[in-house]
Amino acid sequence: MSSGGTGTVSVGTDDLDLSIPDAPQEPGALESVLREARAAGRKLLVPYVTGGLGSDWAEVVRAVADAGADAIEIGVPFSDPVMDGPVIQAASEQALAGGATPVSILDELARVDAGVPLAVMTYYNIAFRTGLERFARSLAASGVAAAILPDLPLEECGPWARAADAAGVETVLLAAPTAPDDRLPRVCARARGFVYAVGLVGVTGERNSLAASSLVIAKRLKAVTDKPVLVGVGVSSPAQAVEVCQEADGVVIGSALIRRLLDGEGPLGAAAFIGSVRAALDAGWATRR
Amino acid sequence: MSSPGEASFMGEPSSDGRFGEFGGRFVPETLVPACHELEVAFRAAWSDPGFRTELDDLLRDYAGRPSPLTECHRLNEVLGLRLLLKREDLNHTGSHKINNVLGQALLARRMGKTRLVAETGAGQHGVAAATAAALLGMDCMVYMGEVDMARQSLNVFRMRLLGAEVVPAVSGSRTLKDAVNEAMRDWVATVGNTHYCLGSVMGPHPYPWMVREFHRVIGIESRAQCAALLDGAVPDVVTACVGGGSNAAGIFSGFADTSAELVGVEPAGGAAVRRGVPGVVHGMRSYLMQDEYGQVLEAQSISAGLDYPGVGPEHSHLASIGRARYETVTDAEVIDAFQLLSRMEGIIPALEPAHALAWVSRAREELAGRTVLLNLSGRGDKDVAQMMEILG
Repeated sequence: MSSGGTGTVSVGTDDLDLSIPDAPQEPGALESVLREARAAGRKLLVPYVTGGLGSDWAEVVRAVADAGADAIEIGVPFSDPVMDGPVIQAASEQALAGGATPVSILDELARVDAGVPLAVMTYYNIAFRTGLERFARSLAASGVAAAILPDLPLEECGPWARAADAAGVETVLLAAPTAPDDRLPRVCARARGFVYAVGLVGVTGERNSLAASSLVIAKRLKAVTDKPVLVGVGVSSPAQAVEVCQEADGVVIGSALIRRLLDGEGPLGAAAFIGSVRAALDAGWATRR
Repeated sequence: MSSPGEASFMGEPSSDGRFGEFGGRFVPETLVPACHELEVAFRAAWSDPGFRTELDDLLRDYAGRPSPLTECHRLNEVLGLRLLLKREDLNHTGSHKINNVLGQALLARRMGKTRLVAETGAGQHGVAAATAAALLGMDCMVYMGEVDMARQSLNVFRMRLLGAEVVPAVSGSRTLKDAVNEAMRDWVATVGNTHYCLGSVMGPHPYPWMVREFHRVIGIESRAQCAALLDGAVPDVVTACVGGGSNAAGIFSGFADTSAELVGVEPAGGAAVRRGVPGVVHGMRSYLMQDEYGQVLEAQSISAGLDYPGVGPEHSHLASIGRARYETVTDAEVIDAFQLLSRMEGIIPALEPAHALAWVSRAREELAGRTVLLNLSGRGDKDVAQMMEILG
């Protein structure tokens, strides 16, 4: 029986060995930078910028770097972002409609001299379709230090982690408030760069107040790892960033920044907002010390 | 735990949720514990005679099972073959979808969940989920693509009548794919009290396996009904339409270990098996229509229920090992088949199973003199308004 069509051709499969390799002991470029900043008494700030959003997105990357980001997360838009709320969905759709591709974004990133480590945030199929090894190598070639794949949980991360480790790309893993206690140390052991603490049970987006779960997950993670713990999802303002950093080493800020970009605030507005978060973190932390 | 090899015969997937190289559990960390919990609960329930009896009773007394097997006497003469229809269209709510939702709703209640969230394409699964929620006194929210809400407005009204909230999915192609995205986002945020009542043999492990098991009743009944009609023999060919592939998985499961040829029929504009390449979306590794960068393509089909760029992972596996073959038909062929069954047998089929009939009709020379079992997965009432516009 023949099924015909290209669908039945077995394609190159570098994703079938599901064993999870141990994470390399040596911290990579991202983790080293974050550990150093933390050791210097600084709270860590990682803004998220959707790659390909508007013609000036690379300027936004440089602007938020100059405004005090310790690293920057670059979104490579995917057609079906199930972990993202309306703001980042809209940014992704806009970037895709504008012709952004993983290749165009990485090409442009290679020319951005942000002066801070970059982490690409995308969904697994983008890496899978390109080929895991090829995608990992292309990240490294573009100067990207790390990757965040929110639909790739611990059990499925082995094939990608092998490819990323080999290419020198750190794989940031997410840790969710729903995880039982015995899961968190396993996630932390495999995480590189930092541990991305999901601040609430839900998708990305701004919230009026900081979810109590943000502080709880940060505290649970800090108890089991000395890797940097950054809280993202639902951290929307300077005050919320300061609040969550009572427990966390730092924050990822996405939707609150992207909304400003969608509203047309551009690199200047982005820098002003990220600068205000930076100032609040520095002041808040200084007060506490 | 079974060995992966047994999955070739539609048994249990491997412990990591694989059918061969397909399947898996590609979900955000937030949902991993819920998938584990669901798998444990399903295993326990499925081996619990009390649960099985409760479900069987509902399928009989509420859904109207067993569904009959109908021989198509007039159509047989026209087509020159022997066509048997498994009449899932006669189930309560008008399609096979009720088998799965009754199972999942009972399971959700057993797990202490009070709310169901579901995606729907044509509205058949949404109506079934809303029905089960009404029956068991649960809250129900159904996500439906904005485009589908317009072309299936009758089912939208039905769901609301049954007490469900229907929410339009306004992103992307605004069809089934986007309804799945919205349902998953809802579940990510509400996983404590909510069960995601997924409507097909897709999504993360254990859904593809669990949903197929809830539809296995189609295959079991058909096998016995065919044996009675065919002096203990099995049909030469078993065919069904494939979007995500739940009705096909149900009927195939009754014949996977026989000599029967298994044929899934996809819409030409949503042919994941025939036109797709392996990809990962909606929690599963499966054949997927996508561009060179991995962006998922929008399907295009006359049938909202099959308007999906992916396919359940077990179908990808059955295709890759050659146990089932997958054919495509065009919208025009479907429209002809829709009318053919109506006129020749007095059965107005849903547009989805009309795909399977369209293939049988086209392949009549290849099928001459053979016995073909077709899963008539739903009735066409929901499609009458749309067809009235098309046929004028």
